[in-house]
Amino acid sequence: MIGSLNFSDQSTRLLLGLLILLMLAPLMAGDYMLSIMITVLLQAYLGMSWNVMMGFAGQFSLGHALYVGLGAYASGALFVHFGTPPWLGAVAGMGVSVAFASMIGALGFRFKVMGVYFALLTIAFAEFTRVLFDHWGWVGASSGLFLPVSNRSHDDIWLLRGSASMFYYVILAMVAGGFLFSRALLRRRIGFYWQAIRENEDAADALGIDVFRLKMIAVIISAAMTSLGGMFIAFFNNNLYPESIFSMHRSIELILGTIIGGIGTLFGPILGAVVLTALGEGLTILGEKIGIDGIKQIAYGACMMAILILKPGGLWPWLRHRLGLDGGAK
Amino acid sequence: MDASFFMNVTSAGLLTGLVYGLMALGLSVIFGVMRVVNFAHGDMMVVAMYAAFLMFTKLGVEPVMALPVVAGGLFVLGYLLQRFLINRFLGVTEHIQFLLLLSIAIIITNAMLMVFGPDARNIQLEASFESYSVGPLILDKVRVIAAFTAGGVAALLWAFFRYTTTGTAIRACADNPIGARVVGLNVEQLYAITFGIGTACVGAAGCLLLLLVDVHPHLSSDYTLLGFIIVILGGLGSLGGALLGGILVGLSEALSGALIAPSLKSMFSFGLLILVLLLRPQGILGKKP
Repeated sequence: MIGSLNFSDQSTRLLLGLLILLMLAPLMAGDYMLSIMITVLLQAYLGMSWNVMMGFAGQFSLGHALYVGLGAYASGALFVHFGTPPWLGAVAGMGVSVAFASMIGALGFRFKVMGVYFALLTIAFAEFTRVLFDHWGWVGASSGLFLPVSNRSHDDIWLLRGSASMFYYVILAMVAGGFLFSRALLRRRIGFYWQAIRENEDAADALGIDVFRLKMIAVIISAAMTSLGGMFIAFFNNNLYPESIFSMHRSIELILGTIIGGIGTLFGPILGAVVLTALGEGLTILGEKIGIDGIKQIAYGACMMAILILKPGGLWPWLRHRLGLDGGAK
Repeated sequence: MDASFFMNVTSAGLLTGLVYGLMALGLSVIFGVMRVVNFAHGDMMVVAMYAAFLMFTKLGVEPVMALPVVAGGLFVLGYLLQRFLINRFLGVTEHIQFLLLLSIAIIITNAMLMVFGPDARNIQLEASFESYSVGPLILDKVRVIAAFTAGGVAALLWAFFRYTTTGTAIRACADNPIGARVVGLNVEQLYAITFGIGTACVGAAGCLLLLLVDVHPHLSSDYTLLGFIIVILGGLGSLGGALLGGILVGLSEALSGALIAPSLKSMFSFGLLILVLLLRPQGILGKKP
């Protein structure tokens, strides 16, 4: 049953129920709701991608905006200049991201840059690349890259031009795929190796696990997944600015949901994305009612702090326990 | 491009670098003793800059004179934060600590945005328009004042850690927290004082930086990152290292800004960081772990 679907498995049933509900959602949801759900799913997908590296293998990256940006710019620029379909562009983006990830991983792990230092190394590369793109004319430099918005009459999934509900199904499929892929990884030997490295690298090394190679695989998989999310962002937003796509704020936003939801768990990134988006939207509405603009972000920070103090392991492990799913759903 | 231009740019970078160094000192002290990475460092500096701004515009107190008050205020802020909040998170993993400080940073930045709005503010002193000329060099008066004050504060800090009982006790905590507890030191209290000292440093640096740059709430993350670059360049936990790192970053910013393009200056700083992390991860003056 490893990696396969088992219908008596509680987590599988939960997942299938959720999936059916989500597939029907666009039929009922309005434009506003649909855009919120796309935001949630996108954050869940990116969180999952980061989770592979941090949650499974314990390597702290604070520069994942780098891979988002590379994926977005590779597919976006190829589309603008040569009309390359986004899915092919995404492959190119993944290639570039994997190259960067390999470089960062190889340098960092070989030179024993660990923990916070490794996180800072990832920030440094992301910021370095941001400034580089700010000055690179072919991709529009700091004035941005714009994807032509036309042909809106029908949904073209190959060229990713179309309605919001098409984008919704695309990102839903990506989340579902990301989930199954993460689950497969976690249940295979590689997942157990990663967890051993995460818990105690020296002990894992002593057991004969090839720590360097496994950490590299985690970084590479995580980067490739993230850059696919970048492609989605490029075609969904239709505009790209180095300032925002590579920003440290994006790197932070990307990991918040997973940490709040529960690092190293499969449902954590999804739950965290739902909770944070609901919190953000709820506070926006509340802020409008009260009439104080800035209060939203302050309350957001305070809620984050409260969750950290009350549930430092994340919300999913706690919820899983409350739902009586312990031992079933990871 | 003649030699005097080059020398002027270099000396300006050097002087600004000392102020950067003072800011990074705070970060270095906090990390060196408690292993806490203060991701709200830049935000605390923005608080200090606004405090100095208010002191000048409302009370007419110049930033250098306001420095002891602002630094004292930030000491209290840091002390309380450590005592009641961060202390609970000392044993936990890095990413949880990071998120905690990030949530503090989010709260501070947005509180500043609410109170002061997004616009950049600056102050005009009489000294802003004066300069010293030393041989071929022309030095801005405010930059010289800021740099020398920063150096003075750093020297005071060094003396504190070297010669006072509390300073020695804090160094003991940094070396071996369990040992420090065994010999009867109040580690929680000392940690809170340390965090206070760290934030006081950034408070002092904020006052001085207000003499050189405009302040707006979104400066915070840039300065947090800048602080990290500096302490890693110089070596975490090393006082001299933080100043050296500050000067290096000040120089690299000034030179790349003047010779290539101002918008590229942060790229050179990050480039320096990458180089140091790979070639000498413990920093230029840091000891091997």
